[in-house]
Formats: sequence, structure tokens, C-alpha cells
Amino acid sequence: MNVSVSSAGFLTTVQDLGRAGFRRFGVVVGGALDPHSLRVANILAGNDESAAGLEVTLGNLRLRFADNRVVAWCGGPFVVRIADNDFPAGHAGLIAANEELLIAAPESGSRAWLAISGGIELASVFGSRSTDLRGKFGGIDGRPLSDGEILPLGNISERTHRITDALHERKISEWSAPAPWIANKKGERFLRIIRGSDWPRFAPDAQSALLREQFIVQPDSDRMGARLTGTSLIRADSEELLSEAVAPGTLQVPPNGEPILLLGDCQTIGGYPKIAHVITVDLPIAAQLGPGDSVRFSEVTLVEAQQLLLEREENLARFRIGMQLRTS
Amino acid sequence: MEIQPLGDSALIVRVVADFARDPDGSLTAVLDVLEALEAAAIPGVIELAPAYATVAVFYDPVRISMNADSTDPFESLRKKIVAIISAGSSKKKQRSEASAIEVPVCYDRAFALDLDKVEQQTGLSGTEIIRRHASAAYRVNCIGFSPGFPYLSGLPAELATPRRATPRTDVPAGSLAIGGAQTGIYPKNSPGGWNVIGRTPLVLFDVRRDPPARLRAGDRVRFRQITREEFDEMSR
Repeated sequence: MNVSVSSAGFLTTVQDLGRAGFRRFGVVVGGALDPHSLRVANILAGNDESAAGLEVTLGNLRLRFADNRVVAWCGGPFVVRIADNDFPAGHAGLIAANEELLIAAPESGSRAWLAISGGIELASVFGSRSTDLRGKFGGIDGRPLSDGEILPLGNISERTHRITDALHERKISEWSAPAPWIANKKGERFLRIIRGSDWPRFAPDAQSALLREQFIVQPDSDRMGARLTGTSLIRADSEELLSEAVAPGTLQVPPNGEPILLLGDCQTIGGYPKIAHVITVDLPIAAQLGPGDSVRFSEVTLVEAQQLLLEREENLARFRIGMQLRTS
Repeated sequence: MEIQPLGDSALIVRVVADFARDPDGSLTAVLDVLEALEAAAIPGVIELAPAYATVAVFYDPVRISMNADSTDPFESLRKKIVAIISAGSSKKKQRSEASAIEVPVCYDRAFALDLDKVEQQTGLSGTEIIRRHASAAYRVNCIGFSPGFPYLSGLPAELATPRRATPRTDVPAGSLAIGGAQTGIYPKNSPGGWNVIGRTPLVLFDVRRDPPARLRAGDRVRFRQITREEFDEMSR
């Protein structure tokens, strides 16, 4: 069975949790820029957390389904409808054959992740169905969705059948994911960082500016990274650096002093100094940054960052169990 | 050796402090660390990525903390890595010297888009640049920038040429180029700022192959000059 794309929107790509194990060949990790949101949506739809879904950028996506499916989404403040019903983030929704799902343009924020029960069943490349737009592989031949496209869907799991039963003919679930995971924060965004290994290379003025000043997201930002402008972050030394690994969340500073916040499609290695790293639990906020948005940084320790990540994973495990109880 | 966090889910092992003093020995030391960590297969470690003087270790802090008595994933992984590397370095390494991989290159003017710039920069004739470039021995320092792109050391010092002020928007696949003191090959059409001096018909990256990249860090490489006819024949 499948889903047909009546309107593909601005930039919609097939994504899962990305490719692990191929960095040494220069292959980017990719995957959902906010993997947590995709995992939550997949749990709500009764899928494995790693099932392939859609990453929707700036909305305008219309899908029509060939059979009954459970869907769920998380992400920015989008207006989403199943037929004529409002379909809020972090809920499970039942969509019938021939009904339409609409993800309209968001008031703010950039991206949303949609899970469809059964997952999008495309060929896996290097263990992932994620679309690598620059590598031109994965997903649908490495390109975004286009109008009129037909996407094959996988078989519905036993868990999805139980979710369907628990919905009792209701379109939208009464239950939802924990509020902090579906909160649509508007306005200025705060990102927590830990110091990068090149932090000491920056002048004290630059260090304090990073933690004090506001930075604005530039229009030429994409899935590779958010380019920021604000106080120019100038180095105190001039040592030539050898390229080494970078990761999503790395805040690197080219010679012009304007930091780039690397996101999921960032290249595997880089030669710019790494002043800081956005912590993993704040990547969902980073993934919503769009041109013109303002962002501020505050510092935490590595121990705090990892503790926050362990807590989030515990909460996710609890949510997974809760969903099973709810629908058993 | 120094181990530093690379965010909250990765760390960097700085194997050598001064790579440039002995690039060949440094790279061998990095590959030794890579091999030792690979063989240790630490639960919770997702992947390893070598580059020049470093090996990056990507890990899942949740899995690391499940397998440790400490609630500080970075610290417990750091200790494990230190133990593995010091145990590894006490053993005598028997690295078999692999023979160089031969990469055929056509230096025809039609492919050597920036040869004139390298001529101006070095004061050498095109023929002399090609002769020196094709007779040197190279080594892959790392793979990065784009899938399968090798950064090669071993470029004769007199051929070093600064990157283009304005990068090309579309460098053809297979282009062999000089960027500063290094040389590399663009596996796919992509933007790029290095000075293109030739082209190989060899496919350096193929998603259907395992491993997908023809070259890997540590490989020794030699270029063999081929004619335009041979290039066309091999490209078929």
C-alpha cells in the first residue's frame, strides 16, 4: 500500500535516524535534524523508532492515503489537519483510505516530522533510508519529494493495530506525548552549549560575546548548518588547524568570525575552530531555526549535558512503556 | 596524547601533537589507535573516524552509562580508551606494508582546468608540473569533505598552490586537484576551490560497493599518467 503526494511542499524529504558507521568514508550521518521528534512520532504511530518518516520544511504538504493508517507528528508550530479535523502535535491520528492529511505553512519555526504507521518502505542505503541531498542517494534517489509522487508504505505492526483499536473510531487520540516534547516555543531561542576544544583559541571578548550577545540566523542556512551573524568571534591565535571530525551541534567559526551551527547533514570533518557544541537535548530547538530568528547561548558543563540526555532517554523509555499500557 | 569532548556524544583522541613534523609516522600512530579501538569493540561506541592527527569516537552516552559503574559517561569512556591504547602500544605492531594503489590520471589540458594558475604560481612548465606530480608517492591522510574524497599528503613542496579565491560551483567528477600543500580527487561533481590539474576515470565512491570508498586513511597512492585515448577507453 502507499501514500500519494498531492502537494510536496517547499522541501520534504524521507528521513530516519541517519547512517551510522560510514563517517570514515566521508558519508554524512544525516537523518531527521531532530531525531527525538521523529522517534516520538514513530512511537505514537506504533512503528519502530527508526522507521523512515517525512521531514517537512515550511509545510504545504498534502498527502492522500490508499488505506487506513495511524499517523503522528512533532516539530514546529504547524497547523495540521486530517480531513477537516485539527490534528495537534504529539497525538496519534487515524486516517482513512482516500482521506487527506494537510501540513500547512507554520507561523514560525521551520520543520516537522511525520510518522506513518508501517513507515516509508524505500530501499535502504548504508543501513538507512535517509535522503542525502548532497550525496544524491537514499530516500527517493537522494532528492526531495515532488508533486504526484507515490511513496510505498510498509506493513502495519501489531502495535499499530492495538493503537487503532484504542482510538475507538475517534480520529485523534486523547493521549499525547509529554508536553515539553511538543511545546511550540516561539520568539527568541536559547541553546545550551559546552565549550569546544578550540574555546581557548578565542579572545576573552569573543568568549563572552558568545554567551552574552544575540545572534541572527542567515538566509543561506540549510540542513548542513545554520549560519549566524552577530558579534564577530575573533581568534586570539593564528595556528593553522588540521581538519578533524565535527558533529551535529558543533559551533565552528570561519575566519570571518561568523559562527556556523552544524546540523544533521554537516560534513564529517572540518578545519575551522570549534568554539562550542550545542548539547544534544537542545538540537530540537536548533532544528527549528529559520532565517531571521534570533538565538542566544548559555553554558553548561559536559556532565550536566550528559545528565540531561540520560534523563530524556529515561523519559522516552517511560513514554514507550506508557504507550504500550495505554493500548494493550 | 590527549582526549577531549566533541560535544556530549563524541570525543576526540589527539594521538600526535605535531603532525607536520612526521606526517607518515603520525598517520601510522593514528591508524594504530584506530585499530586498537576497533578491536576493543567497546559497547556503546557507535563509530570511529580518523583524520590526520586524531581519531574521533562517536558514542551513545546512555549505553556507555549502562555499562559503567559511573554516571559520568565521558569520564568512564575516556578511562577505557586510555587503557586500551596503552595496552595496544606495549605490543609490537607488525604492520604489513601494503603496496601503493595506482590511480590512472589524464593530465590533458581539457581536464586540467587550473594548470595555468599552477604554472603561474610555481613558475614551472605544465609538462614539468605533471612530471613531478605523477612521480611523487602519496598517502591518504583522511577521507572527508564529500563522500570518498581523499586528502593526500606527499605533494612535492614546489607544487603547493593556494586555493582559488572563488570556488568553482561544479568541479567535474574524477578531478585531481591541488589545494595548498595537499592534493585530492573529487569523486563526484561538486563545488570546490582546489586547482584542478587532471582527471581520473576511476570511480572513487560507489554506494553499491562495500566499502563504498575506493581509498581509505593510510592507503599509499601513486598516480599513473594516461593518455586521453586511455582515459576514454577506461571511462566506458
